[in-house]
Amino acid sequence: MEGVEGFIYPNELELQWSVLVVLYPFITGLVAGAFILASLERVFNVEAVKPTYRLALLTALAFLLVAPLPLQLHLGHPERSLQMYLTPHRQSAMAMFGFVYLWYLMVVLVLEIWLDYRREMVLWARASTGATRALYRALTLWSDDIGPGALRVDDRLGKFITILGIPSAFLLHGYVGFIFGSVKANPWWSTPLMPIVFLFSAIVSGIALVMLLYMGVTWLKGVRSDMACLDTIARYLFYAFLVDFSLELLDLVHRIYEADESFRALDFMVHTRLFTSQIVVQIALGTLLPLALLATVQMVALSETVRRRLYAVAGLLTLVGIFAMRWNVVIGGQLFSKSFLGYTTYKMEFATREGLLPALVLLVLPFAILAVLIRLLPPWTRPAAASPAS
Amino acid sequence: MAALFAAGVVVFLLWRWWMVPADFGVYGHYRAGALEANRLRPIVYAGQGACLECHADVAEARQSGRHAAVTCETCHGPLGPHARGEDAATPQRPDGGTLCVQCHASIAGRPPVVPQILVEEHAGEERCVTCHSPHAPGF
Amino acid sequence: MIEDRRTFLAEAGRLLLLTGAAAVAWDHLEAGTPEAAPNYRTTDHWWAMLVDIEKCIGCGACVRACKAENDVPLDAAYSRTWVERYRVDPLDREHPQVDSPNAGFDGFSAIDVPGDGVRVFFVPKLCNHCVDSPCVQVCPVGATFESPDGVVLVDKDYCLGCRYCVQACPYGCRFIDPRTHTADKCSLCYHRITRGLTTACCEVCPTGARQLADLKSPADPIHAFLRTHAVHVLKPQLATGAKVYYHGLDGSVR
Repeated sequence: MEGVEGFIYPNELELQWSVLVVLYPFITGLVAGAFILASLERVFNVEAVKPTYRLALLTALAFLLVAPLPLQLHLGHPERSLQMYLTPHRQSAMAMFGFVYLWYLMVVLVLEIWLDYRREMVLWARASTGATRALYRALTLWSDDIGPGALRVDDRLGKFITILGIPSAFLLHGYVGFIFGSVKANPWWSTPLMPIVFLFSAIVSGIALVMLLYMGVTWLKGVRSDMACLDTIARYLFYAFLVDFSLELLDLVHRIYEADESFRALDFMVHTRLFTSQIVVQIALGTLLPLALLATVQMVALSETVRRRLYAVAGLLTLVGIFAMRWNVVIGGQLFSKSFLGYTTYKMEFATREGLLPALVLLVLPFAILAVLIRLLPPWTRPAAASPAS
Repeated sequence: MAALFAAGVVVFLLWRWWMVPADFGVYGHYRAGALEANRLRPIVYAGQGACLECHADVAEARQSGRHAAVTCETCHGPLGPHARGEDAATPQRPDGGTLCVQCHASIAGRPPVVPQILVEEHAGEERCVTCHSPHAPGF
Repeated sequence: MIEDRRTFLAEAGRLLLLTGAAAVAWDHLEAGTPEAAPNYRTTDHWWAMLVDIEKCIGCGACVRACKAENDVPLDAAYSRTWVERYRVDPLDREHPQVDSPNAGFDGFSAIDVPGDGVRVFFVPKLCNHCVDSPCVQVCPVGATFESPDGVVLVDKDYCLGCRYCVQACPYGCRFIDPRTHTADKCSLCYHRITRGLTTACCEVCPTGARQLADLKSPADPIHAFLRTHAVHVLKPQLATGAKVYYHGLDGSVR
């Protein structure tokens, strides 16, 4: 059989989960990571990252809105997908995740953004006319009170939501890890470390994304990005990456040491079919190199320009590396046979429903949405013109 | 805001009450109708009992032979429609030259529960049914 | 007279070969109306299967019969049941040579005489209808389930095609039907066993290597068999509660 090496069960010839299912944890990971960066400022009062607070929230929203789309394209019957909300099977991690997603979207993200922007939205509503005014009025849910009392409520509630949001973000992406980690049939996936590894790699990817977006958006607007902010973000990226790397290293060492029945088959797979995506892209280019670059910045005094360049390179490599990690987990977990005697191949097509083209479109779409959100709810506002009290 | 969420919850509950299939959860976390759906497939293999209804003479002949434990449809293929009287045409007789070797060719791994022969050595070009009656194959 | 003889044989056949419940179902069948057998009570049955490796000759009749009975696409990548051939070298038991050409649909062809001590045998595989089924556990909507009589079934009209169950099955027995885009697998011929017939694969197995078993029926020969023979299940370390019992299973079988 084409692309098959050794023996596979007959039904294992075609992979079940395609690149779209790789995209999904990547996108939700960016959401969780971006949110945790935002919460650094709000809850832990890390003043330095304040310039990225709203950008991080908007980024999280843009990506979370796109997150269900790869799944819808992947399902055999997307029109039945709402059944997950109607008759969720409580033992199924996938079913319960639907509610975690909904909770996170509605209660955490939307509510927090609303609370943070409410005052400005009211001001923008007052300062505009026609359709724009109607839009902002609707967004504020027709509230108009921006007196100090109301703003205090906004602030306290917002802080509460953010505090609630941190475990929610952990739950959001930890759950995705659990969806894989709880499958005892698949030894590449089945480990209690999976939710934690997913979570920390999500944090790493989210921080890297917000850092890159901050640099990119400020550059596009012709504004200088705040260096103290970037330095702080990069430092947090470095710490998170160290934890993530340690966790993945622990998983690796554990596997090699225990060498259970699946080990030889998996080891062979990593050295052959997964060599480029795992050893080269994920580990060397996507983990060790950015770690080295970030470590260099921590240890050696470098000029601002050099630091900016290193951050940009490290950020990009990080994102590529984390995507590769998702790829290696999802696709890698399906390349070997559950008989541990053979391997199959992933034939990714281009312009089909689950091909490369829709995957690329879905990767680009959140940026388009973010662009709209930034226009609608600018993260860095010049003080709104004081309007006569209405 | 609170009002909006409360409204959302109410809408969800109403929608759920409307959309969840009525027979869901009767026996477990599934639609009871699915049990029925799985039962109501057409029968393709009639089962030996059906054949014997009309072909009892063959049954008698086979009972003492070495193929007694082999059911009719093993060789004759699925005959459910025929047993129900649906098929207008007479069922095809299986090919007595190629069918037998599926079980009786000597291949590695085949336990000695059936007699096995090396096909070319045993009969050359001769068809199996020339010497062996399929319903009472022993000599 | 042919009419009398036919009636007599029909009655005799019924009494001898079919249980009372199935006889009633037979009426429906004869009439061409496959309605559910009215006297079939799910609580009276707990279905399992017995596979005797020492009797399997690798003829592939079961694979062909299953495809015909259950309207399964003919491609080997969509197999409700299949047969594997193992070649185990005693000096290298960790690495058996296994193959399943076209999932065993055409049987197996003659191969070279195996080397010294190499043991060759056939292993039919199918859904194990696990009691603690991991596939049932992960289905997000309840589209796959274990029936009250112990058969794991799929609700084709409810399945989303998310493929989680296919990932969760340790035995590789599930697939997605390319025509309906829903999960599919061996249903233990539920439409047959609830009418007193046996599964299609057991019906055509010429050596009786595959036998349907009803663990709740006192008359079922499996009880006597289990009292006198050792049986195994596949991947027991995963504690799936598999109900396909293999007699004569080699330790190298995965």
